[in-house]
Amino acid sequence: MTELPRWADVVLVPLINIALAFIVAGLVVLAIGQNPFDMMYFMVKGALGSTSSIGYTLYYTTNFIFTGLAFAVAMNAKLFNIGGEGQAAIGGLGAALVLLAVDWPHWTLALPAAVIGASVFGAGWAAIPAYLQAKRGSHIVITTIMFNFIGAAVIGYLLNGALKKPGQQVPESPSFGDGASLPTFHEMLQPFGIAFNKSAPANISFLLAIAAAVLVWLLIWRSRIGYEIRAFGNSPGATLYAGISSVRVTIIAMLISGALAGMMAINSVMGQQERLIKDFVEGAGFMGIAVSLMGRNHPFGIVLAAFLFGMLNQGGFELMWEMPEISREMVLVIQALIIIFTGALVNMTRDPIERIFLRLHNKGAA
Amino acid sequence: MTETAPAIELKGVSKSFGPVQANKDISIRVMPGTIHGIIGENGAGKSTLMSILYGFYKADSGEIFINGQKIEIPDSQAAIRAGIGMVFQHFKLVKVFTVLENVVLGAEDGEMLTPSLVKARDELTTLARDYGLNVDPDALIEEIGVGMQQRVEILKALYRQADILILDEPTGVLTPAEADQLFRILARLKDEGKTIIMITHKLREIMEITDTVSVMRRGEMTATVKTSETDPAALAELMVGRKVLLRVDKTPAKPRDTVVQVRHLNVTDSAGVHRIKDVSFDIRGGEILGLAGVAGNGQSELLEVLGGYEKATGEILVNGAPIDLTGAHSDGQSRRARGISHVPEDRQNEGLIMNFQAWENMAFGYHHDPAYQKNRLLMDNKVIREDTQAKMDRFDVRPPNPDLAAKSFSGGNQQKLVLAREIERNPDLLLVGQPTRGVDIGAIEFIHQRIIELRDEGKAILLVSVELDEILGLSDRIAVMFDGRIMGERMPDETDEKELGLLMAGITDTDGEHSVAEVEAQLAGAGGAARKEG
Repeated sequence: MTELPRWADVVLVPLINIALAFIVAGLVVLAIGQNPFDMMYFMVKGALGSTSSIGYTLYYTTNFIFTGLAFAVAMNAKLFNIGGEGQAAIGGLGAALVLLAVDWPHWTLALPAAVIGASVFGAGWAAIPAYLQAKRGSHIVITTIMFNFIGAAVIGYLLNGALKKPGQQVPESPSFGDGASLPTFHEMLQPFGIAFNKSAPANISFLLAIAAAVLVWLLIWRSRIGYEIRAFGNSPGATLYAGISSVRVTIIAMLISGALAGMMAINSVMGQQERLIKDFVEGAGFMGIAVSLMGRNHPFGIVLAAFLFGMLNQGGFELMWEMPEISREMVLVIQALIIIFTGALVNMTRDPIERIFLRLHNKGAA
Repeated sequence: MTETAPAIELKGVSKSFGPVQANKDISIRVMPGTIHGIIGENGAGKSTLMSILYGFYKADSGEIFINGQKIEIPDSQAAIRAGIGMVFQHFKLVKVFTVLENVVLGAEDGEMLTPSLVKARDELTTLARDYGLNVDPDALIEEIGVGMQQRVEILKALYRQADILILDEPTGVLTPAEADQLFRILARLKDEGKTIIMITHKLREIMEITDTVSVMRRGEMTATVKTSETDPAALAELMVGRKVLLRVDKTPAKPRDTVVQVRHLNVTDSAGVHRIKDVSFDIRGGEILGLAGVAGNGQSELLEVLGGYEKATGEILVNGAPIDLTGAHSDGQSRRARGISHVPEDRQNEGLIMNFQAWENMAFGYHHDPAYQKNRLLMDNKVIREDTQAKMDRFDVRPPNPDLAAKSFSGGNQQKLVLAREIERNPDLLLVGQPTRGVDIGAIEFIHQRIIELRDEGKAILLVSVELDEILGLSDRIAVMFDGRIMGERMPDETDEKELGLLMAGITDTDGEHSVAEVEAQLAGAGGAARKEG
């Protein structure tokens, strides 16, 4: 045996990292004179304590699955798409335009149309940086981050002008029609006799996100274009030899990535807000990077990581409510610690664990 | 005791990396003023041993003595203080600095550079006089040939007062003429009392230059013998652990119809450098055309044009029909469709994706193959795995596990994977670049046999190699490239390394006598031309 068994790599290492993160976060909480165990209790309770909490947690999870998958698809081609934020915002515009243009009779018709609107707009927003990277060599990190600002400005401009609801000052679009309202978990679970909080925002988009994860898995690990994406990501130089076009792979990977980021708007704009508002992305685009890194750019890992981050997000809000001494910034610190430990410092724990495993194994063999 | 102490003595040195034991209880004695060769296959532990001696790794156990004194070598500074100098296989030179600046770098006397440079200039003159190491101190590294660069590395070591020189695969990048130059310098250094350790996998060099030789196999020192009391076959057997056929065993070629016709091929790269200049040749079925030359004289570009990833002007006909040299069909996929398979020169960066498993690599370049598809959208990974297993068995790839990542195989087995993928496609034309670079002796034999089998099936083969032994042993015809041109064609049984070496240096008048200086000047040109594009 020369490397860590897969289960330890995928399960044990992240768990140890999360534990370490909570220990350090606990010390920080202790340092400001609060009880770290209370902190943890309220966070977990806030995330999972009631169907209302779970509804919020799953709502955030859905956002993070989409943006995490978006980042992962590009990352498999070694394209660091930091523009999920902007692509999601423009995706929201696409969904809103589709939903405002027609008075939809039923959500089953509105949903596919909105999916197309959101993904086409998201993909379109990613297409320009992709083209610049593939054809002109402009670095994708620089261009996508710039497009985040442009995207936010475009949404702001439209919500203060063309898309603004007539006769009001708030930069919001008019509400979509009732026919565009997606079933919430409350409505979905009622037929089965399961009571779910009525106002929690989790909706059918969660199932869409799970389906997207399965499709991304098929795309990356089973399809021809996925093979090309991974080949290009692992060894850009080798693709020439194999006759794989780097331009084609770059553009396709970014289009899929942008489309997935745009799909986040289905959950948020269509599922929760039911109108287009400013800043509905709320950093989910950036959070997708952490989610994807923690999930090892693998759809299954991303779903788990998205759930963890959904818990952190929702638990964090509840924590501020329950323990006023812990400010919003403090919650950010705790979340940041978890991101650092699970994302950036993976190898810090992975290497020692690997060594321990090898030693045990060799002792067993000898 | 009146007996002179050995310049270097290692006693019971062991080193392991995790579960891998790279060096097992190695003991070695090298007497001052001798040349000691260390020979072994890739991964035998030669480089690890030398890295211990140069302070890159710390041995797990064992002792090191220099001139009879037991010493510790925790880092390379300590090694330099102990009088050890190292010439790496890949030179550690700053390309945009002059020779003089490179020699001084890291050994400056004070904050101000000028006094050091003045001192070093005097020193270089002395060294050049004493050892015949003539180099222009003001030349930029990027403008001098590889042989000259290697001299700079040796000068760097001598400037740091090295008495013991370690050279790691020193002839890997040299032409035969340059290697001869190097050996003359080494002999001179030896006469002046320096001790030299040379690591190599080339038996011929061991026989030619060393006084004593140690053989390593799987981390162990299997034998240390006087060079004069052994022969290549015995050394090869010690290296591999079984009898090895050192000569390529083949019958005369039975050429058939012409498969490839290359006419007036020209390549200008993106930097505007004219890389291939009006090259024309034919290859018939059932014959191997060997392309010899110093690396960087256009052979790689020729393979890339034929393989579909370099644009060119001119004409190439395969089985009588032209192939697209510039348009939409000048890519690797179109070439494969035309029956051209390609074993690229750079196995690790082109031929394989090191993080991909063996079965994924088996589809590399052939991932559009209808047999590999489950339906219009998805690939049939099960079929690819089975196909890979069968090919790995036929090409004796070890371990025969399709799920292992390419990086987990040894160099020889990686090459067998690539060969299995390309040869099993039953191509009309096989392009082979450096088929045995970094490959163990045992696997070389196998790879050569497979290439000859394909030839005997009537296929055309273009072989590019910097190993003249390989070119001479495998080719049915030999063409020599220099500065983007084909300098001439020879039949292998009517030529020798000396003649090919001159052609590789651009000298076509191979009958006349040539001074060393003349060849050197030409080689510097060849190296310079090769390096200009960076």
